[in-house]
Amino acid sequence: MNRRYVVRRLLQVLPAVASILVVTFAVVQAAPGDPVVAVAGESGNDEYYAFMREKFGLDRPVIEQFWTYATNVLRGDLGVSFVQGQEVVDLILERVPATLLLMGTALVVSTVGGVVLGALAARRPFGPFDLGVSAGALIGYALPSFWLAQLAMLTIAFRTGWFPIQGMTDARADYTGLAHYLDIARHMVLPALVLAASEVALITRIARTGILAEMDSDYIKVAQAKGLSPTGALMHHALRNALLPVVTVVGTRIGFLFSGAVLVETVFGWPGLGRLVLSAAQTRDHPLLLGMVLLVAFSLVLSNLLTDLLYARVDPRIRYR
Amino acid sequence: MDAATGAGNAPAAPHRWRAAVRRFVRHPAGLTGLILTLVVIVAGLLAEVISPGDPFRTAGDPLLEPSGTHLFGTDNLGRDVFDAVIHGARTSMIVVLGVSAIASVIGLAIGIVAGYRGGWIDDLLMRITEIFQSVPRFFLVLLIVALFGAGLDNLIYVLAFTSWPTLARVSRAEVLSVRDRDYVEAARSIGATDRRIVLRHVLPNVLPTAMVVIALTGSRIILLEASLSFLGLGDPTVMSWGYLVSNAQQFLRTAWWMSVFPGAAIAISVLGINLMSDALNDVLAAYSKRQAKRRRWRLRMPRASTT
Repeated sequence: MNRRYVVRRLLQVLPAVASILVVTFAVVQAAPGDPVVAVAGESGNDEYYAFMREKFGLDRPVIEQFWTYATNVLRGDLGVSFVQGQEVVDLILERVPATLLLMGTALVVSTVGGVVLGALAARRPFGPFDLGVSAGALIGYALPSFWLAQLAMLTIAFRTGWFPIQGMTDARADYTGLAHYLDIARHMVLPALVLAASEVALITRIARTGILAEMDSDYIKVAQAKGLSPTGALMHHALRNALLPVVTVVGTRIGFLFSGAVLVETVFGWPGLGRLVLSAAQTRDHPLLLGMVLLVAFSLVLSNLLTDLLYARVDPRIRYR
Repeated sequence: MDAATGAGNAPAAPHRWRAAVRRFVRHPAGLTGLILTLVVIVAGLLAEVISPGDPFRTAGDPLLEPSGTHLFGTDNLGRDVFDAVIHGARTSMIVVLGVSAIASVIGLAIGIVAGYRGGWIDDLLMRITEIFQSVPRFFLVLLIVALFGAGLDNLIYVLAFTSWPTLARVSRAEVLSVRDRDYVEAARSIGATDRRIVLRHVLPNVLPTAMVVIALTGSRIILLEASLSFLGLGDPTVMSWGYLVSNAQQFLRTAWWMSVFPGAAIAISVLGINLMSDALNDVLAAYSKRQAKRRRWRLRMPRASTT
């Protein structure tokens, strides 16, 4: 891997982090209403207000306030939740594992499913299967995840009774060991499938386009001229190269997965970030929502960095001149 | 002037537009998308005629199944779900139109100025665009709505404020691809003002691609607005599909219709807009393919190496 590329790419993290801090700070600064009045109540006592302003550094110049904000965020201090009265970082970190489990599963399911569907569709472009997959992808794109979650309950969960529809574990049973994990898996089937559904649509499209483009290239023609079957050419040569664009979009998908997970979790009562965000939204708990923005933004920076580095490792052509 | 440019590269001549519209309507996806979108628009425009009165009023007994009197049934408070869905169309339409209008103006303006002027203005505007894109939209919107309040006007501003960057980048790229073409150079050499060049020669070339992006942004906005009101951050005084779906959550086992109809309305409008933007993309691709054929020598030029 090209060292210069890695260094340059690592340095790009700095402006990205700075942008996130600037945007979030600006948004909070621009918000209407006086934070001191919000905290201290409308007593009208100017001396008390001035005291509070000084205590929280609100009388300092904006640049200095920004500096305080930036260093606090980078040290992991995101303030205290208005409503819950706990540290925002603790509240969020406590919920992260459940959401990551759901997101990770959906990421794997949608990537594998999308590539398989895309490859099958690319075998006969504009054939019946391809058209069916395209139509399915279009519809999959259009369904809001929270509604798809309710539909999954209505059509699958209620009818068959196979899948639990609330929570992550069975509250009545006290499973241990393997049974515990199977219990979680059973609870996760529907939320993970729903979350993966719209992602599958995206990956299928990317994989299909990528494979078709590769199948058109000279090295595939050579391979086929030497007697390799179309399926063999696809499996051994085209698929590898066509997978590169699938890898690049992982970073972007993390963002969609976060918002999708939040919505799907609220429907399925999954004990992750979803219900935290729901209650924060309903109680207008800004510090918590700000914490969520920062969490997702920094996750995106990190995942984009990792995908770029991974990409550079897989594809030696990528480098800065 | 126009005869000279029309023969070359600019797709601005009216007959080209008419041909494009014809090809769009003949495109199966385009026609389906157009019909679906029109259904939603008509429902939104005629909401007061189709379902007169306040959609929040009690129209019958609670949780009635769909029937002749209540096409989509009634909800837990005895409100007519059909009336609610129709009024929800109006809300979605207002939000999409408002947001698209504002975001298009900002995005096009920034993209065109950046691409046309180039230099430090381009750098500055693109850095600002990148800064806006660095923050995840859904969560930023949640935060802003929580901070600024959830009125319909606020919602439109917030969504517009976060929806323009893609359009800005795409239109900048389009401007760059036409900025140094011969006909622009020709217009400049005979003394056309920048304003005239941008309005008559640059903008018509940017608009087709911009329309694809604007349509895609529109369908994302429907989903975003629905998600916001699903989480309780929509305007509580107007009916919205997301609110209806979230209200259905508790009654899923007893009243499927409370969830199915409003959710289908969201899906139909998003699908309609996506189909239209797909068809538009195809029509444009067919157009640029013909353009490429006309200038075949371009294709023979050696490709720049990737390393």
